[in-house]
Amino acid sequence: MTFGEICNYLREYDGKPFTFMEVCGSHTAAIAKFGIKDVLSDKIRLISGPGCPVCVTPSAYIDKLIELAKTPGYCVVSFGDMLRVPGSKQSLSEAKSEGAKAVMVYSPMDVLKLATDHPDTTYVFAAVGFETTAPIYTLFLEEAIRRNICNVKLLTSLKTMPKVIDWLLLHGASIDGFLAPGHVCAITGSEYFDNLAKKHQIPFAVSGFGDRELIMAIYGLLKMAENRETCVKNFYPAVVEGKGNEIAIKKLNTYFSVSSAVWRGMGEIDGSGLLLREEYLRFDAGSTGLTEDAKRNKGCCCGKILMGQMEPKDCPLFGKVCSPDHPQGACMVSYEGSCYQYYLNQR
Amino acid sequence: MERIRMEHGSGGRATGELIGEIFEKAFSNETLSQMEDAAVVAGSGRIAVTTDSFVVTPLEFPGGDIGRLCICGTVNDLLMRGATPKYLTCGFILEEGADIEQLKRIASSMALTAKEAGVQIIAGDTKVIEGSGGVYINTTGVGFVPENVDIKASNSATEDVIIVSGNLGDHHATVLSQRMEIKNSIESDNAPLVEMVGKLLKENIEVHVLRDVTRGGLATVLKELAQSSGKVFEIEEEKLPVDPQVKDFCGLLGLDPLYMGNEGKLVAIVSKKDAERALEIIRSSRYGEHAAIVGKVSDGQPVTGMEKISDEQAENEGGKTIGKLILKTRIGGRRVLKELQGEGLPRIC
Repeated sequence: MTFGEICNYLREYDGKPFTFMEVCGSHTAAIAKFGIKDVLSDKIRLISGPGCPVCVTPSAYIDKLIELAKTPGYCVVSFGDMLRVPGSKQSLSEAKSEGAKAVMVYSPMDVLKLATDHPDTTYVFAAVGFETTAPIYTLFLEEAIRRNICNVKLLTSLKTMPKVIDWLLLHGASIDGFLAPGHVCAITGSEYFDNLAKKHQIPFAVSGFGDRELIMAIYGLLKMAENRETCVKNFYPAVVEGKGNEIAIKKLNTYFSVSSAVWRGMGEIDGSGLLLREEYLRFDAGSTGLTEDAKRNKGCCCGKILMGQMEPKDCPLFGKVCSPDHPQGACMVSYEGSCYQYYLNQR
Repeated sequence: MERIRMEHGSGGRATGELIGEIFEKAFSNETLSQMEDAAVVAGSGRIAVTTDSFVVTPLEFPGGDIGRLCICGTVNDLLMRGATPKYLTCGFILEEGADIEQLKRIASSMALTAKEAGVQIIAGDTKVIEGSGGVYINTTGVGFVPENVDIKASNSATEDVIIVSGNLGDHHATVLSQRMEIKNSIESDNAPLVEMVGKLLKENIEVHVLRDVTRGGLATVLKELAQSSGKVFEIEEEKLPVDPQVKDFCGLLGLDPLYMGNEGKLVAIVSKKDAERALEIIRSSRYGEHAAIVGKVSDGQPVTGMEKISDEQAENEGGKTIGKLILKTRIGGRRVLKELQGEGLPRIC
């Protein structure tokens, strides 16, 4: 079949209806960007999962960042999106306008330069992310240790994929297959999801982020679902291997250990996060115990949207009081958030 | 290295020296040299006036500088109403510590660009404030619109063709590369589009709308134009001109060229019958070699093969279409595009 024929097949598909979840936020953004849903028949439904690192961060974490940013001698450093995520009372960006110290960077490595230029300030990096981003923090720590830079810390809210997918399926999510995150698998290897596929008898298709790659993976997933193939197939072989990146995995295990983690709207899930190991706790800015998950606006449905139980347009706040300019929940803040993408592309 | 001091803004001797040594020297013309409180110049008919302030960092970047930018920006704004640009004024706000040699380079770049655009700088002002060496420039432009010319945002008509005069995002990618210290050979496209617009008008192309593609990028500009006319604009991803290096740069940083600013590109919405000729004229003009027809204007009825749009008439209010921008993606999907959300990159112009 040519690529065009595959697109036509997906457009005209009239078989059993299936619901597939893309777990990764970058997939959510790419699917919207390429107009993928428009190519699919109504019988193939794509829903977004909890794979945007900014979206799944609970309010207590944002509140802690704000507390640190307001502490004399401290400055919080983060990626751009993080500044606008609502905490229980305000966002970091709002706190900044009241005098709290927060700056945006493009890479954690930029923090090391800030810290050497301003030795009297302690720089706290808002270290959010999944298996993909976590190895970068290990390089950051390695470099800080090598150069003996002591005025840097991480406030971590690091999460891992398998346990949250397990949790979703155990809590009644009706999903017929997963588009597995290509970037995560580049680190962990595609075998990372083998046990889940077996346990829940459900197919996983590892996908890249281009339009063609996504279409091929969705087609592959559809075929797997039709044929009841409950395994992991790799549709991103240019980047992903079965075993993963051994060096990155080793570094992760050196600096971090598995912990429970709090997911916005879902609560605490055992074994779904990473925390700094005891020997590196001097770099931790207070990441444990941040379990509170308060909504800024009571009507916010970010939790249900992250679990794939609700579409953004069904949230009572969507497009009314909640928009990218006035986000009420994290899903409307991040470029990878499903509400943000829905707002941007679908209305 | 000589630097700007507070006394350069005193209005006294040092101010006089600064103006004489830099600005008068660079911009020298009869009107300016009179050093009167106001310039008195000839002109009559329909007058176009526009003003713009320039705050870009860094001040100098590959392909241009704040001097070239502050002429192009204002000249292009005049051109977009079909005016012939004639006069500019410029106001400088200099921060203490600004490098005088750099200021000379900026002034000389302004003079060169003004000459290229065929405009005279006829009035100016300089202020000095505390700070750390920043340079900010405001320019106001005056031009004259020929009697028969009527170019404005609300003019888009059904079946009109949308032309972009060249590659998207070059200026934005240049400034961002500089700020992030990313090495590449991307250059700003800042340029005055005098020749291009002049030829379109001279050849009697039925031009309905002209807009320069600046902050917010093509998507923001087209969304605004669609709203002004209440039409549906449909553009095709495959036809959008983007330099391969800019495309890779955007891919790497997760940016979308559709939302990246230019400083020397325009969108022309022209009548269907003149589209091919207009494209040819733009392509043969200076700064227009990569021009392309990227889409068309429709009246908002569902188009064959795009049936799904009918169930998203959310933007129709009381039967009146508010104005919509639709992108047809490479694989045949559609995206409804909105104006740039959030802040984008501040201080690119």
